[in-house]
Amino acid sequence: MSLNIESLNQLHLDVLREIGNIGAGNAATALAGILDKRIDMNLPVVKILAFDDVTQILGGEETTVAGVYFRVEGDLSGNIMFLLDLDSCKILINLLIQKDNRDNGLDEMDRSALQEIGNILSGAYISALSSLTRLDLKISIPSLSIDMAGAILSVPAIQFGHIGDKVLMIETQLKEGSDLVKGHFFLIPDEESFPILLKSLGVYE
Amino acid sequence: MDKIIIKVGMADLKVVENPGMLTTLGLGSCVGICLYDKQKKVAGLAHIMLPSSEQIRNNSNKAKFADTAIELLIQEMISRGAGRSKLIAKIAGGSQMFSFGNNNDMMKIGERNIIATKDMLERLKIPIIAQNTGGNYGRTIEFYSEDGRLRIKTIGHGVHEI
Repeated sequence: MSLNIESLNQLHLDVLREIGNIGAGNAATALAGILDKRIDMNLPVVKILAFDDVTQILGGEETTVAGVYFRVEGDLSGNIMFLLDLDSCKILINLLIQKDNRDNGLDEMDRSALQEIGNILSGAYISALSSLTRLDLKISIPSLSIDMAGAILSVPAIQFGHIGDKVLMIETQLKEGSDLVKGHFFLIPDEESFPILLKSLGVYE
Repeated sequence: MDKIIIKVGMADLKVVENPGMLTTLGLGSCVGICLYDKQKKVAGLAHIMLPSSEQIRNNSNKAKFADTAIELLIQEMISRGAGRSKLIAKIAGGSQMFSFGNNNDMMKIGERNIIATKDMLERLKIPIIAQNTGGNYGRTIEFYSEDGRLRIKTIGHGVHEI
């Protein structure tokens, strides 16, 4: 079935934004439960961007960011990446393991906390997607990488590269008190799964 | 003389003459293919994302694939005065940014990009004189047309010149 990202129409985008909204809302609720804090969330923004523009959002190709990556299998197959800038990582880690981390690099404990946060957020996200679409979805264990934004983003970019020259990104901002956590979700259905996803949501024939 | 710095994006390729420098930032699973004619001091850099343009429907961007990018890069270098038989290659990138326990072919894209690049260069009889590939980290590379030097910068894995 042929469908590329550039050919998605406004209705498709609205539906994907709504998935982002529900998924991220679920993720924020899960996070609030673990932290026992109130977490606010901005309305997700769905963007279709050229490869080069994606890294600009994150402050350029060489900016250090954290990426948590998963494989999705089941009725739908694809990949999910949850991306955070370094400041957001430190805020989240501080909230979770309550130690002053802001001036230091990330140690093993921090990395494992981050991996767990990514796991929880993406799990909540995918379970929202699963109940919305009534598709049976499973996710792999998460893999974490902290490195240059360009290098980390090359992974979803390559996945999207099979079907076009643009990437689809759902950007969500989470907020606790005065701390803003900027998270970027990349939902990357495999080529043959794009129509399945849209069809399950009733917007593709 | 001021140095001209030309940035090569993802799925992009550029050629420069002395004293220009080509750079690509945050190379991950993609491969940076650097070709050089020492005599004419012409340097070319292609930033490929996928091994092969075959079996991909949307394959109009030749710079995206190892099999089509190298051929195109050579043509552009020849049109800027380089000699085909004089070309040497240096390659960098092809890392595996994320690892999974199971054997997921998609995750091994970096490795497949390196293999496809080497196959293509061998077929075109361009010797690879140096490489810095693999691993699980990103690289920023700088390729100098002045002497064909390739500088590789990483986060936490040092700076190398090949």
